[in-house]
Amino acid sequence: MSAPWTRRARRAAAVLGALALWQVLAQFHVDLWLRFAQFPTVTETARAFARRLGTATYWQDVTESLTRIVTGFALAAVLGVAVGTAVARSPLVSDLCGPLLEVLRPIPAIALVPVAILLFPSNEQGIVFITFAAAFFPVTVATRHAVRAVTPVWEEAVLTMGGGRWRVLRSVVLPGALPGILGGLSVGIGVSWICVISAEMISGEYGVGYRTWQDYTVVDYPGVFVGMATIGLLGRLTATAVELTGRRLTHWVPRTAHGPGPAPAGRLRTPAGRATSGGPS
Amino acid sequence: MTGTGLTTAAPAGAPAQGLRLTVAGAVLGRPGAPVLHGLDLEVAPGEILTVVGPSGCGKSTLLRTLAGLLPPLGGRLSQDGAPLGGPSADRALVFQEDALLPWRSLRANIELPLAIRGLPRAERRARADGWLARVGLTEHAGRLPHRVSGGQRQRTQLARALAGRPRAVLMDEPFGSLDARTRAGMQELLVEALRGTRATVVFVTHDVDEAVFLGDRVALLGTGRVLDVPHPRERSAHDAPATVALRHEVLASLADAPTPEIL
Repeated sequence: MSAPWTRRARRAAAVLGALALWQVLAQFHVDLWLRFAQFPTVTETARAFARRLGTATYWQDVTESLTRIVTGFALAAVLGVAVGTAVARSPLVSDLCGPLLEVLRPIPAIALVPVAILLFPSNEQGIVFITFAAAFFPVTVATRHAVRAVTPVWEEAVLTMGGGRWRVLRSVVLPGALPGILGGLSVGIGVSWICVISAEMISGEYGVGYRTWQDYTVVDYPGVFVGMATIGLLGRLTATAVELTGRRLTHWVPRTAHGPGPAPAGRLRTPAGRATSGGPS
Repeated sequence: MTGTGLTTAAPAGAPAQGLRLTVAGAVLGRPGAPVLHGLDLEVAPGEILTVVGPSGCGKSTLLRTLAGLLPPLGGRLSQDGAPLGGPSADRALVFQEDALLPWRSLRANIELPLAIRGLPRAERRARADGWLARVGLTEHAGRLPHRVSGGQRQRTQLARALAGRPRAVLMDEPFGSLDARTRAGMQELLVEALRGTRATVVFVTHDVDEAVFLGDRVALLGTGRVLDVPHPRERSAHDAPATVALRHEVLASLADAPTPEIL
């Protein structure tokens, strides 16, 4: 493996290279089947970005979009985990909700815009609903799988200590399923961004998605690129927040040396050695 | 290996009387797939009954049924004369596989049965620390299970089971995955740990030496026979004629036992 600074330098070079390519293509109005004639240059975009950062509208848009996504995603996380767990643990809930979920799941959340407009008195609630619907299904499905995959002997151990249904849920099922649930949350936050931006483009009054589309309609192309950069940065920010929270909560998962996390120092045994401790009698 | 290292006294409080476990004409197994037919067994309060039998003869099934995790398919099972019912804190189960919760430290694992019983935080902590000392794991108290050895995990499981002050401890080949030396140390640790309790113990193993060393009596599951152990829990008696004769008898009985249908 290369030294950390070489890798950092390589990453920086990749980003700078891409920006330089963009600058050249846009500045010289390159027209090689793909047309860059109308493209704003990096410098134009950067200037527009700097100008926007000084306006109240920009920050209002960012606040609006963040509020929508945080509200919708939080609702989806809570309800998704609750529904996923109930479906996995209770045959009754599984029979009642399972088929419904399977039919609703393939509908893209953005296709629910007409439904949202019919259902909710205000645009705002409609957009939050779309954001919620986008994250709800990945979270529910991931939770259902993760809960079903929890090692049965953990539950039996708690039962033979006199633990009841809620104790098993709190002390075994939820912590045991957490690594899988976090996978669903990571996917969910990504899909939520796609949907909040799309919904804002269709029916927003504020928000980063609304502003980006607005700039496009008034032929402010640097503004469009500022909007896209903003979406990218905010998306990265929220995804990282979910990822870091998740890693803190699942610090107990033995990670392999090839995994994304740093391997703990002084590890002699491989975690896999644990699973091979004798067959059942 | 720190050996038995039992330096502190047993946790305070009078231990509860061990349970009398009775199995009469029981049919055990999963619905549609019974593995034990017409089993009769009586375990006296406070005794250690070891159960040996060939693989697949239903040793684990018997323990899981006694723990209340698996309903019997027929016959009668009782504790102190009352029907057995579902899982309860009275009957702790120590698993062969690693049943520690991997996200809890060793201490937090031992605290779990105490939390379920509703003990206040300070008392939970004090009792767990007492058990950690008894099984020689004080310095590893804050570690997660996957950061300690297999023997240390089994010691934690043992401490966790006994910390809840069960009236019966059901042990399913708890030392089956350990190397010979660790295993001998664990057997002595178990004997020491049980000394402060009056719990009834049912200990399943396929190791005849272990069964003869630990048991007051040895039940041969394939045959329906139960043999008395002349010198229970005395290492020095390993080569005594009576002990040697008992081991031979156990081995001979197991050799005669009908081959189980499930392999």
